[in-house]
Amino acid sequence: MKWIAAVLIGGSLLLPPFFAGDFYINLASQILIAAIFALSLNLLVGFGGMTSLGHASYLGVAAYISALLTSRYGFDHGAAALISILGTTAMAAFFGVIALRASGLGFLMITLALSQVLWGLAYRMSNVTNGDNGITGLTRPAPFGFSLESPVAFYWFVLIVSTIAFLMMTTFVTSAFGSSLKGVRDQPRRMAALGFNPWLIRWITFVYAGLWGAVAGLLYVYYHKYIHPSSLSTTSSAEALLGVIAGGSGTLGGPAVGAALVLLLKNYASAYIERWNMLLGLVFLFIVLVMPAGIVPGFSRLMAGLRGENR
Amino acid sequence: MTGPSSEPALEVVGLKKAFGGLAVTQDVALKVRAGERRLIIGPNGAGKTTLFNQISGDLRPNAGSIRLLGADVTYLPPFKRAHRGLSRTYQIITLFAGDTLEHNVSLGLLGLRPSRWQMWLPMSSYRDLATESRRALDAVGLLHLADRPISDIAYGERRRVELAVALAQKPRVLLLDEPLAGLSNTERSTVKSLIASIPRDTTLIMIEHDMDTALDLAETVTLLNYGRVIVDGERDAVIADERTREVYLGT
Repeated sequence: MKWIAAVLIGGSLLLPPFFAGDFYINLASQILIAAIFALSLNLLVGFGGMTSLGHASYLGVAAYISALLTSRYGFDHGAAALISILGTTAMAAFFGVIALRASGLGFLMITLALSQVLWGLAYRMSNVTNGDNGITGLTRPAPFGFSLESPVAFYWFVLIVSTIAFLMMTTFVTSAFGSSLKGVRDQPRRMAALGFNPWLIRWITFVYAGLWGAVAGLLYVYYHKYIHPSSLSTTSSAEALLGVIAGGSGTLGGPAVGAALVLLLKNYASAYIERWNMLLGLVFLFIVLVMPAGIVPGFSRLMAGLRGENR
Repeated sequence: MTGPSSEPALEVVGLKKAFGGLAVTQDVALKVRAGERRLIIGPNGAGKTTLFNQISGDLRPNAGSIRLLGADVTYLPPFKRAHRGLSRTYQIITLFAGDTLEHNVSLGLLGLRPSRWQMWLPMSSYRDLATESRRALDAVGLLHLADRPISDIAYGERRRVELAVALAQKPRVLLLDEPLAGLSNTERSTVKSLIASIPRDTTLIMIEHDMDTALDLAETVTLLNYGRVIVDGERDAVIADERTREVYLGT
């Protein structure tokens, strides 16, 4: 059942380029990017029990590094991407040391504070970041000479990267290390008594989540060809967190579903309703009330219930 | 890493711990020989579990030292003590409720292996982990429940899983915090014979309120009260001691 669903979803991702118009293909690309981002946040929130309200830091910083290197310092895209990912991951390693001094609410506040610092820098250091105007006129890379300018070409590129990302993150959480991560989430004291180093397990996960956050950030800036301080804001961190929780934190597919929901609401609802945030809030309220564990666990329970009744 | 056999398995010297103004461990000294069966008794609030928490590293003492198998571990984090051969169970059961019994025991085994850092293959790809885990479950009589989640099994069975997790690690020093708490009479005798069958290369230190059962298992007894060691010695001598009666009968 699970496999059938996975194959159906995977297969449907191959369809947009053949049927959909540019608008929808672009929307699909955005959904995939948001899904990678949500999945990386889910490593922390769902599998590590570390609720972060600053995950946009990694997306934003990776995007800014790439944007600055390519537009201002004449780096080619390959080198810029590499430096951006390595730099952002190093930043995650440093932030992790600071944030993991605390857990729970303290951890959340530190991640929030750190991301606010970066957001403030992006706004105020306008000689570097161009402040509120953002950085415009960016280009997309052309890996192996394939131009990614058309929506379809870019979609294929994003689909390949997100497939790799999904597989890598799934492997991570289902590995032996992933088992220890879940153990540390549920019973940190017991895990320490069994010989696991809870701090190091959390830190490695934090860094790994930062790495995939950076990958999402690169795709984000490639897609928009523009970067603005708002990408570093608490709002974007919170939106991703809402996506993770709505879809089902600690599940493999849930965060992708949640991220898609947030993005669709944002894109569709904002065309009809000016206060689309209000609608978003109501939808989340509904989800939390009806399916407290999130959409994906909620639906699988529903399906299991239906099957149980039929028998 | 291991000292000569004459070295005590565990040696606690001048241990002090206070929570604010409340002294819960006061100048506690303890010397446990390798292979010994030690029972720690005392009224509620005597500081027994707090002592265990300091030995296992969950709590850091304010003063004093703890030597495990000849090495000073006073400032080592809990996971390093586990790698030196210390294992413990908890008074309040702390298992992974959503996971199977086999997974619970496997986690204990994984904790001492380098493969716990492995980020590529799932735990299920280590066949020996599953085999050993099942063997440990068999030893506590729970093999038939190996594939059930912890949340499905009864309290008494969970107590035995706690034991299985600890025993699977083949510890040199094992701390048991009230292994008989909340068990029925039949379960008690099962767990008692289980504990009695623990090999002698494991040193056993046990907190237990059920004297009838626990005294049979113990060779030496330490009586704590108000965070102090009141009496310490051979079992029969401690039972006969005037001060033991005072603590328990209040006369």
